[in-house]
Amino acid sequence: MFNFENAFGLHAPALMARGHRASVLASNLANADTPGYRARDVEFRRILGAAKGDLAMASAHYRHLSSEQAGAMDVKYRQPLNPSLDQNTVDVNAERAAFLDNALRYQASLRFLNGRISGILKALNGE
Amino acid sequence: MSLLNVFDIAGTALSAQTVRLNTTASNMANANSASSSSESTYRARYPVFSTAMLEQWNFDAADHAPRGVRIDGIVESEAALKREYSPNHPLADTDGYITLPNVNVVEEMANMISASRSYQSNIEIMEASKQLLQQTLSLGQ
Repeated sequence: MFNFENAFGLHAPALMARGHRASVLASNLANADTPGYRARDVEFRRILGAAKGDLAMASAHYRHLSSEQAGAMDVKYRQPLNPSLDQNTVDVNAERAAFLDNALRYQASLRFLNGRISGILKALNGE
Repeated sequence: MSLLNVFDIAGTALSAQTVRLNTTASNMANANSASSSSESTYRARYPVFSTAMLEQWNFDAADHAPRGVRIDGIVESEAALKREYSPNHPLADTDGYITLPNVNVVEEMANMISASRSYQSNIEIMEASKQLLQQTLSLGQ
């Protein structure tokens, strides 16, 4: 039987992860001129893996923290390509490229979601 | 919704870069403001940026939260002031010298270009996020 919970598959958590990555990349760009700021990024595979349940930990109690809660905000420091004298490791061009890439993938997820929704609507309308 | 945070983050950067542009304009405007003593002479001033956590982002783990930028303060340049022999100047001291600010106009121009480029890139980030959010809002239509 058709399951509404799984109707959108992995695309909804993917959108959330892409949105989070966009804000991390925006922080990097905002701090492009801040002395001592170290550029950060999220590991997308890890976030999505947590959403999929790949990294789910067995818990013996309902109040135990799940790996999803711990992994969702997983942010790591970027390996600097050209560190500057003021210890700032933001490469503006690389960050903008990463932001653009992230935005395009966000749009791809939106496109997939739109496809799913129109498919479900067709089925509901019996066309 | 994390994409909405982008507007806060880029907004802090825009205001910080505006302050930087303002100090540059003030330095350029006063590049030739002569005076008779070194105490009353204008000194080039620069903003000090630091990373800021915004209050509304109450994440538990401070290390994971997105960060904006904040102006910690404005510092005056420690560079030596210029002394110029100009006995006919109305502000010349008893030896006939006037004191000029320690503003380096070339440095200020470079600073201005850097600030306006940073401003532009943050505007573009906001524009891109706005489009993504608009597309998200029209999902399924």
